[in-house]
Amino acid sequence: MSQYVTFTLDGTLYGIDVLRVQEALRSHTRTRVPLAAGDVAGLVNLRGQVVLTVDLRTRLGITDRLGEREPMMVVVKTGGEVVSLLVDEIGDVVDVGPESFAAPPDTLDPEMRAVIRGAHKLDGRLLLVLDVDQAVAA
Amino acid sequence: MDGLDDIVREFLVESHENLDQLDSDLVALEEQPGSRPLLSSIFRTIHTIKGTSGFLALSKLERLAHVGENLLVDLRDGTRSMDKPVTDVLLAMVDRIRMLLGAIEATGTEGDVAIDDVVARVEAVHAGVPLEAPAPEPASQEATTQDEVEQVDDEHVQQVEAPAELVAAAAGAAAPAPAAPAAPPAPAPAPAAPAAPAAPEATVPAQHPAPAAERVEEHPPTEEIGALRGVGDSAIRVDVDLLDALMRQVGELVLARNQISRLASATAQVDLVRSAQRLNLIAGELQEGVMKTRMQPIDNVFAKMPRIVRDLATACGREVALEVSGGDTELDRGLLEAVKDPLTHLVRNAVDHGIEPSAERVASGKSPKGLLALRAYHAGGQVVVEVSDDGRGVDTVKVAAKAVERGLRTQAQVDTASTADLLQLLFLPGFSTAATVTNVSGRGVGMDVVRTKVENVGGTVDVESTPGKGTVWRLRIPLTLAIMPALTVECNDDVYAVPQVNLLELVALDAQRGRSAIEYVHAAPVYRLRGDLLPLVSLAEVLGVAEPRDPGDPDGETSSVIAVVQADHHRFGLLVDRVLNTEEIVVKPLSPRLKAIGTYAGATVLGDGRVSLILDVQALGRRALIGELDAMARKDVGGIDAAHSGAAEQVLVVGIGGGRRVAMPLQSVTRLEQVRLDQVEHVGGREVVRYRGTILPLARLDRVLGSYGEAMDEELVVVVLTRRGRSVGLVVHEIVDILEDHSEQHSDIDDSGLVGSTVLGERVTERLDVRTAILAADPVFFDDRPEAGTAPDAAWSGIDDLVGAGR
Repeated sequence: MSQYVTFTLDGTLYGIDVLRVQEALRSHTRTRVPLAAGDVAGLVNLRGQVVLTVDLRTRLGITDRLGEREPMMVVVKTGGEVVSLLVDEIGDVVDVGPESFAAPPDTLDPEMRAVIRGAHKLDGRLLLVLDVDQAVAA
Repeated sequence: MDGLDDIVREFLVESHENLDQLDSDLVALEEQPGSRPLLSSIFRTIHTIKGTSGFLALSKLERLAHVGENLLVDLRDGTRSMDKPVTDVLLAMVDRIRMLLGAIEATGTEGDVAIDDVVARVEAVHAGVPLEAPAPEPASQEATTQDEVEQVDDEHVQQVEAPAELVAAAAGAAAPAPAAPAAPPAPAPAPAAPAAPAAPEATVPAQHPAPAAERVEEHPPTEEIGALRGVGDSAIRVDVDLLDALMRQVGELVLARNQISRLASATAQVDLVRSAQRLNLIAGELQEGVMKTRMQPIDNVFAKMPRIVRDLATACGREVALEVSGGDTELDRGLLEAVKDPLTHLVRNAVDHGIEPSAERVASGKSPKGLLALRAYHAGGQVVVEVSDDGRGVDTVKVAAKAVERGLRTQAQVDTASTADLLQLLFLPGFSTAATVTNVSGRGVGMDVVRTKVENVGGTVDVESTPGKGTVWRLRIPLTLAIMPALTVECNDDVYAVPQVNLLELVALDAQRGRSAIEYVHAAPVYRLRGDLLPLVSLAEVLGVAEPRDPGDPDGETSSVIAVVQADHHRFGLLVDRVLNTEEIVVKPLSPRLKAIGTYAGATVLGDGRVSLILDVQALGRRALIGELDAMARKDVGGIDAAHSGAAEQVLVVGIGGGRRVAMPLQSVTRLEQVRLDQVEHVGGREVVRYRGTILPLARLDRVLGSYGEAMDEELVVVVLTRRGRSVGLVVHEIVDILEDHSEQHSDIDDSGLVGSTVLGERVTERLDVRTAILAADPVFFDDRPEAGTAPDAAWSGIDDLVGAGR
């Protein structure tokens, strides 16, 4: 059994291994970083720690969050570093077994393919498993 | 089991320290073979290692130390003196001990490190001595001798201890003994030393039992033993991780303090203000205290140098004397770690490249032995470490030739470069003038690594060299790493921190004069600061956050403060919108992704909880000034430099409104001017200005390129192009930058008046068809009226090619 913290981006359900998630928070004030790559949404102050924020929408090549609700942050640990990911909405923690897992479909767009490990077939919808390290890497 | 582990660990830590000391003591003893204090220090160290390894059942280690000790007994007894073979085998023994310790650290056992060869060498040297005694003593006898020594040493220590306390007590009570004032506030070894020599005068002789007295005769300076005790008593070992954690927490405290101070300053509650002040005070003292615990004398690094220099001098066939001073200068341990490698590199470099072989030295009238000096001292809130040699100096001609050969500079550039500029070339990646690759240097891992490492901790490196006289490398290192004073500035609504270390002064530009105070040399904005031209860098533009200026808005030019900063050798002015505050900031590491950008030294949390980026002034300077300095340099050369057109061409990037940026070859630009709108006159529907005694036709570049809309400012920014005495002016909205244009990035996407587009400074930039633009201003510009004696202008032929290519 695996446990995933789920969240949505543009209506699609994604999941991150629960062991990688430090916490989920409302979005904080971000300090922008000029000259940084496009998916770097800025730096946030997380209880005195300066944490890089990556906008998952930009990272995954999804349209901008124009006019949508204030994003949420999923704070994850990757390679000794703490990084916060901007997502639309945080969902529940779900338990899924290996039997529902499927490799990513060949039709998946290459930008996505790099960061999606595969999908779990849930009742009525798919849960895309995000590769955190890839998603955070430049 | 845990207890044993602890003992072993402590033994390892202690032994590593002792071995470093041993290295330098042995080298020093070779210099002055008669030194009793050195000899006894060496003897004691080896003996301690031997004793402890025996206790821990580390048999190889014990055996190795034992043979070394036998050799030292000869030295102590005066039956032979310290010479090169002895030093060599003893150093070899030290190295092997290190290997053994390494194996113990890694595996918990002595592993399969072989010691027989070293043991044999030591014994050979030992046996090769023409001893007065018929044969080496049998082992058992040797053992008893050692036991005696151990016993005696212990007694000795106790004996010294007692009188020293007595003296201190007595002095405190009544006697005005000279040593007394220094004694009570005990910072490690210092007080013990003065107390010990004072002891014999007072109560000591009577209390000394006979054997100890004999020993004292043999080892007159008791300071060492006193010092040993002093360190042991007044200092404890602290785990480095714990110290680091403490430092982080103090950092947090400082941030919280900043926040509270800010809140308190905005309130009238007397109690809160008072508490805030108290907190301020305590946090300050705590910070200072924690910082102090992390301070270590730079001797920790210097101590390794005698050995390195000796080995290297032998390997390179040089004679080198090492002179070390200022070893007690203290530095944060993190910084010390960071400068260790650069310093070692500089020392190696000095021995290998700097100091000549003896024969060459004698031939040039120097003493055969080269002098390498290591010096550390405090200056202006920084620690300066100098590595200087009296060798042959850096051959700047060779350096220049190498730079040209590698294509790093053009011949014209090196011809006009100053010596200091040429020396800077040494810091370029992969730059090495070594003719042959030795096992010491010439592998292309060079000064750029030194510079990077030093700059990573906020330091700087520079070099001075006089041919034939020697070279001085100077490292400037901040005292502490984690907390530093900084100036916070505002730029386009973001707050950035500029380290105070880089800051020289602030110049405010008032609103009226703001723009006219900024002038242009060629294309580089400058400010006249007390008669000197200060190159300016707009922070917003370097960071690419400059909003397209609205020319209709009189406040369009918001930059109103010049922060004069120093980076490397260059002084420049950073144009920012506003200066906010000076604050103590806690440097937080940046994510590697952001570090790679290179413009930021770190991040910090401000008093209001906002995150702010710390600017890396060195990197900013390098990023922004290369173009401008080159432009200035070319101006010095005398205008247009046709040799510079190649795959990478320098272009002037201008803004023409509507967020569009246009690039034109820099070599076509003669100068940049600012013209007031009311100076513009009309001749037959064309705009002109009177300019240097002629009439300069103007073309509005935005109209030429079909980008209308914004009304013009009171001041027009004009790019002047001149050819054979004819000039035209192109009116643009703003001068953005001078950049390198790489032709491989060109794309064919264009429009009328353009010759394609490219990506410059991470933005798409259109490439101007210069000919079309000029013709828009002056339709007869290219009508060549043959002028006698005028050679075709190389620079313009370049432009014609370019224009031709665009068609």
